[in-house]
Amino acid sequence: MEIIALTALALIFGGLLGFTAIYFRVEGDPIVDSIDAILPQTQCGQCGYPGCKPYAEALAAEKAEINQCPPGGESGMKALAELLGREPIPLNLENNIADEGLPMLAIINEDTCIGCTKCVQVCPVDAIVGAAKQIHNVIDMYCTGCELCLPPLCPVENCIVMKPVEQTVKTWKWVNPQIRLEDTAA
Amino acid sequence: MSDSTDNNFTSSPFIPSSSSVGKMMRSVIYALIPGILLYIYFFGWGVLVNVCLAVVAALFFEWLMLVMCQRPVRVFLFDGSAIITAMLLALALPTIAPWWIPVVGSFFAIVVAKHLYGGLGYNVFNPAMAAYAVLLISFPLEMTLWSLPLDKLPQNISFVDALNFSFFRELPSNLNIDAITSASLLDHIRTEVGLGHSLADVQSSPVFGHVAAAEYEWINIAFLAGGLWLIYRKIITWHIPLAMLLSLFTISLICHLIDDNQFSSPLIHLFGGASIIGAFFIATDPITASTTALGRLIYGCGIGLLTFAIRTWGGYPDGVAFAVLLIGLTVPLLDHYTAPKVYGARKGYDKD
Amino acid sequence: MRKLWRFTGGIKLNGFKALSNNAINYDLPIPEKLILPVRQHIGDVTKPLVYVGDHVFKGQLLASSTSFISAPVHASSSGTIVDIGKYPIPHQSGISESCIVIETDGLDEWDPTISANIHPEKLTVEQLHALIKSAGIVGLGGAVFPSAAKLKPTRPIKTLIINGVECEPYITCDDVLMQSRSDEIIRGVMLLKKMLSPDECTIAIEDNKPNAKRALENALKKMYSAGVDETTNINVIAIPTIFPAGSEKQLIKVLTGKEVPQQGLPYEVGVVCLNVGTTAAVYDAVYQGQPLISRVVTVTGPEISQPQNYQVLLGTPVNHLLEASGGTKTDNYKLIMGGPMMGMRLPDSQVPIVKASNCILVESLAQKQNEKVMPCIRCGACTTVCPMKLLPQQLYWHAKSKNFEKLDHYNLSDCIECGCCALVCPSKIPLVHYFRYAKSEKSENEIKEKLADQSRIRSLARVERLEKIKREVEERKAKRKADRQKKKSIESKKEKVKGEAPTKNTESGERKEVEPKKVAIG
Repeated sequence: MEIIALTALALIFGGLLGFTAIYFRVEGDPIVDSIDAILPQTQCGQCGYPGCKPYAEALAAEKAEINQCPPGGESGMKALAELLGREPIPLNLENNIADEGLPMLAIINEDTCIGCTKCVQVCPVDAIVGAAKQIHNVIDMYCTGCELCLPPLCPVENCIVMKPVEQTVKTWKWVNPQIRLEDTAA
Repeated sequence: MSDSTDNNFTSSPFIPSSSSVGKMMRSVIYALIPGILLYIYFFGWGVLVNVCLAVVAALFFEWLMLVMCQRPVRVFLFDGSAIITAMLLALALPTIAPWWIPVVGSFFAIVVAKHLYGGLGYNVFNPAMAAYAVLLISFPLEMTLWSLPLDKLPQNISFVDALNFSFFRELPSNLNIDAITSASLLDHIRTEVGLGHSLADVQSSPVFGHVAAAEYEWINIAFLAGGLWLIYRKIITWHIPLAMLLSLFTISLICHLIDDNQFSSPLIHLFGGASIIGAFFIATDPITASTTALGRLIYGCGIGLLTFAIRTWGGYPDGVAFAVLLIGLTVPLLDHYTAPKVYGARKGYDKD
Repeated sequence: MRKLWRFTGGIKLNGFKALSNNAINYDLPIPEKLILPVRQHIGDVTKPLVYVGDHVFKGQLLASSTSFISAPVHASSSGTIVDIGKYPIPHQSGISESCIVIETDGLDEWDPTISANIHPEKLTVEQLHALIKSAGIVGLGGAVFPSAAKLKPTRPIKTLIINGVECEPYITCDDVLMQSRSDEIIRGVMLLKKMLSPDECTIAIEDNKPNAKRALENALKKMYSAGVDETTNINVIAIPTIFPAGSEKQLIKVLTGKEVPQQGLPYEVGVVCLNVGTTAAVYDAVYQGQPLISRVVTVTGPEISQPQNYQVLLGTPVNHLLEASGGTKTDNYKLIMGGPMMGMRLPDSQVPIVKASNCILVESLAQKQNEKVMPCIRCGACTTVCPMKLLPQQLYWHAKSKNFEKLDHYNLSDCIECGCCALVCPSKIPLVHYFRYAKSEKSENEIKEKLADQSRIRSLARVERLEKIKREVEERKAKRKADRQKKKSIESKKEKVKGEAPTKNTESGERKEVEPKKVAIG
């Protein structure tokens, strides 16, 4: 009697599982979009991939590690670890310095610009305007601070540099109280 | 301005606050003292031995864990939380328990139930009650041998005798163990009801005092006074004690009126056993209790009802410890669903 | 007796009002330099209209407002403009903003175009609005919202509340103002009544200020007995002293029983609330034609030698006030602008007094140095005192872990940062600091997300554009190749056709001219 009951239960639950696996199957790979939403969209290429979307695809295909994005910083790496169920690992800082400090913008010195359009072509978000033999300029609003336009790409010395964004009362942040309380368990 | 350490980023308020964790804990200790003194008066030195052993052991284990977890020792060791846990645990133990019972209990309470869960403020279970539950289940014999009150003993037991008994299990020469032990009132009621006797017989037994367990009723009244003083000092709020005692009273009254041979009177439930101390000192432990006003009321009611259920139908004579532990599991749920509506809450307000 | 409601939470505090609540000191000497930030209000920055080297009169317009929510800035005294540049403003960060600096000439000459209005009661509501806007009047209770914008509600107003509550400890500027300028305040109230036409008007005072209440009641009685009957609907009401009863939202709850909706403004429940200082400024603007160039400031605290209230010209550096009050008792002090519960730490004493400065509190430094912060013991004291019915405990946990979703769920943005929760916390956790930190992290996060979204769109667009160019180039290449192929095949066909004709070289070597056959080409 028990054997029949257990077998029947097994068949019922197995059938239910199979049905839901087929009926509720999700098409496509939404994980790539979720990963891309975490990445900072600097499009700098420091991860070794030509942009954030390709890096997201590589992560989804398990071809890349989660610690290759310096602009995302520690928090970005941890968010990726949580999303993908992987162990958090220290950031790979070979390519560049992790940017947890003030945001930086590129700025072109108009006196020395020769109008070669090299930076215009390389900017991944089209933040530099200019044409051949005309002065180039960085649009502050769009610059992500990826540093791809800096020398050695720019052939002129000290023509394009990174400057920190000036803090205003609106962008000033309160310091984390935890930093102040390092001597207690709070 | 000479403030090199105090950086510019400190925030208001700039008024020093007068309350502190240490003050709160110390007030609770003071509120327990009248009850403990009456306990010693009625039942002898055993309880003091237990309290001292538990407190010393608790402080030792607390120090050990603080050092191992690399936390500031001075701040946490004397904030009073370990001492209160130890005192509450000791009060729950029989006065004639051997010395290793309070020590093992303290170990479990401080090391396992408190520090292994994250230390002060992070424990999920009330440490004293968790330790009591572990002791009760692991050492049922030692935990159910209760002493008779002093005036019913054949002779007086001095402090040295109590120490002797606790450490070496040696009684003064002309006493034997049966002469000093008896069941607690709730225990007695259980057995009697189980045997089919009516509760009226219970009232004539020597364990019964004026309204409830002999002598214990006075001790519970002392704890009640301490608890009311705590409410007056705003260390605890009235929600949990009132809810717990009222719900316990109500359900026992209803059941008692239905069948007073099977169900004890509400006064026995309130003044016998650990109801009062549970209501004012154990269930109100801020770390494990609910934090919203409505949540506290529900929490208190739940404990009262579950205590009654365990006492009447469960496997143990006193259900407060288990009730507190079990209802404590529902606290996150209670907190989530009883959050007050914010000032000016809009219906269907969409935050983007 | 008028019915009063109670708001949830709040705490009773020690007032320390007796230190400074006697009179206003009008004899503060004019400082050498006046530093006037171009933005002393909530809203858009003003545009300077003067240049370095200009001579300006007292009350002259220095910077004009640029939008509806903006307020102009005027010169507080006569002198010469010596600089327009970045100077530290009163903010705990020590950040500098654009300021106009006047070197005073000591003459304190009023702008000759400014004169009193002869018949202020004949002005229309529009004219009153224009006067208030051009006078640069903003909320002087501390929120500095441009009053002209506040006085144009889009809904009918039932209750006008004049806020004389002043619930923070130490501050007494509104108290002394009500005692010394009660007539002007009542006249100002009547002007406001004319602009808003409310059903009733209430002046609210905390019950620890009996002198102020009496002064205002006497002023009302005087007006009434002089035959002015618009005052019949104005009441002076004492409300129980509890912090933060002076906060606009809580005061509205106490007086009307209604709650201002989340993220909303008081006019949504038919209420407009203005500070008594603002009301006095309205009187000055309409009756005297004078713009807002000075305000009453309380200089007080345990570390200042002679605490008192001053009528201070806007732009006066704080150290000028400290010197006038006999200096600080020791060197171990900190400066707070505002009260001890909600005030802001000033990084140094060179910053100027602005429209928002109601009090300079000089507190001892030693106070909070040695307080150790313990873990949260979940006692719930913070929840009991929160006037906005929030759960500070939950906000604390989620602020620590920067969980913005949960912070939104628990309504972090509704926190008024009153400090009640941090005051009662037995573990001495700096709760308000955590909430401010969380709010600033959240707004930074929102900005970052916006930038990231924009960058994503732009980079995708760029990739598409480059691919499109590549495609077009390939297409063109392919087309050219196809054209070439076609040409080749036509040519070869042509060749073939020509070869069949006698133009081909025969073995005889003769070349005979033959009529070329007409072959269709193409």
